[in-house]
Amino acid sequence: MSLLDKLDAVAAARKALLPEGLDVFGMPIEEVYSATEARVGDRRILFLGTNNYLGLTFAPECLKAAHEAIDREGTGTTGSRMANGSYSGHRALEREFADFYQCHSGIVFTTGYQANLAMISGLAGAGDVVLIDGDSHASIYDGCRLSGAEIIRFRHNDVADMEKRLRRLGERSQSTLIVAEGIYSMLGDQAPLAEIVRVKNAYNSILLLDEAHSLGVLGKTGQGLVEETGLIDGVDFITGTFSKSLGSIGGYCVSNHPQLDQLRYISRPYIFTASPSPATIASTRAALKLLRDGTELRRQLWQNSRQLYARLDALGYQLGPQPGPVIANILDSPQQALMLWKGLLDHGIYVNLILPPAAPEGKALVRCSVSAAHTSEQMDYVGNVFAELRASIFQ
Amino acid sequence: MATDYSDILSRLCFHLKQFSSPDVVIAPETDLINELAIDSVKLLNLVMEIEDEFDISVPLNALADVQTVHDLANLIHHIKSAKQ
Repeated sequence: MSLLDKLDAVAAARKALLPEGLDVFGMPIEEVYSATEARVGDRRILFLGTNNYLGLTFAPECLKAAHEAIDREGTGTTGSRMANGSYSGHRALEREFADFYQCHSGIVFTTGYQANLAMISGLAGAGDVVLIDGDSHASIYDGCRLSGAEIIRFRHNDVADMEKRLRRLGERSQSTLIVAEGIYSMLGDQAPLAEIVRVKNAYNSILLLDEAHSLGVLGKTGQGLVEETGLIDGVDFITGTFSKSLGSIGGYCVSNHPQLDQLRYISRPYIFTASPSPATIASTRAALKLLRDGTELRRQLWQNSRQLYARLDALGYQLGPQPGPVIANILDSPQQALMLWKGLLDHGIYVNLILPPAAPEGKALVRCSVSAAHTSEQMDYVGNVFAELRASIFQ
Repeated sequence: MATDYSDILSRLCFHLKQFSSPDVVIAPETDLINELAIDSVKLLNLVMEIEDEFDISVPLNALADVQTVHDLANLIHHIKSAKQ
């Protein structure tokens, strides 16, 4: 099969599965009205799939900071920090992340994806082992591949299974990087961090926790699962993203290990890419302040999440194991998921459609992401539409 | 416990039965992807079962050269032998 034939096969598979005339995986958004509403075609839609958990994309403080940064420093840095230097805003944001987590130091990356790529490939290499949860995000799998280390999976959130695999590694467990996530993006469930830390300490391994979906969501000040569980000292490296609760784009890592700084000189995803734009850094700095002080935002987010989770659960939808800002509806077939996704869109609700092989265990998902900016009335409306669609989906 | 190639092959075929329809005959030359329709996700889950069955670590990187049942049995045999 030629290189282009492979792409034709992808097109044929998409055509066989997806409806004509509807760009399911690239919906054209014509106008964005707010953190929660936009226009698709001639229809006003409710965003219920974006990861705008705290609803900060239109926060006046963030908009103002971004505008001022563009005026002051231009639209882009046009190069990597190693070659072209580090702007004051980038350095300040790294200090602010370290201060937020009360850690020794922090590094900022251009995307959250690159944060995991950079950290995993910088920490582990040939001869080392990376032990990852089976439901890990693609950035974790790709970071492992880039590292050249041996990749071993354990069953999702199963610490006994993780320990069994560490035991098999013998002394190599000491050169093993364990990777887990605060909240898993597919089913919205949290990692059993206390058990993971206990086992990691027993085997002298290193633990990296990705707080991409839990930053701003869990913990009194929004640090994530490390704060919710009081286990920050048990985690060696914390990564995360700006593109969810912080409403921009970028990634970070913080750690108490002074060696973190050396990754700036060996980690290819950090070195060989342009640093984030000044506007991105400025809006993220403003958003981080709002996140730290965002007790009321978190209260509203969790109220909305619990309201929608309880309603869908009562309606008999199969959901992820625990309430949270990611509410995954698990469907038995791609056709069923597509029908639900299309039905929601026809009622002005835009959610995520996740089909195999991206969905766990060969299922298909219709994934809702709740925001603090949603209203209780909007959650009621979403619940009513799910109720209306139920009979036709499960007939 | 015996760990010769034929024993590994037999135990592997037993596991592969779970991933294929009952009428499919599994032989050493059977192609995992094209004949047993084991996609990338199923293969990852199969690896965890193999690790538990044979009490070994099978790095995902090692799967790059695995296409047939024989290739997989050979890989298990190689890892098992290196461990002993």
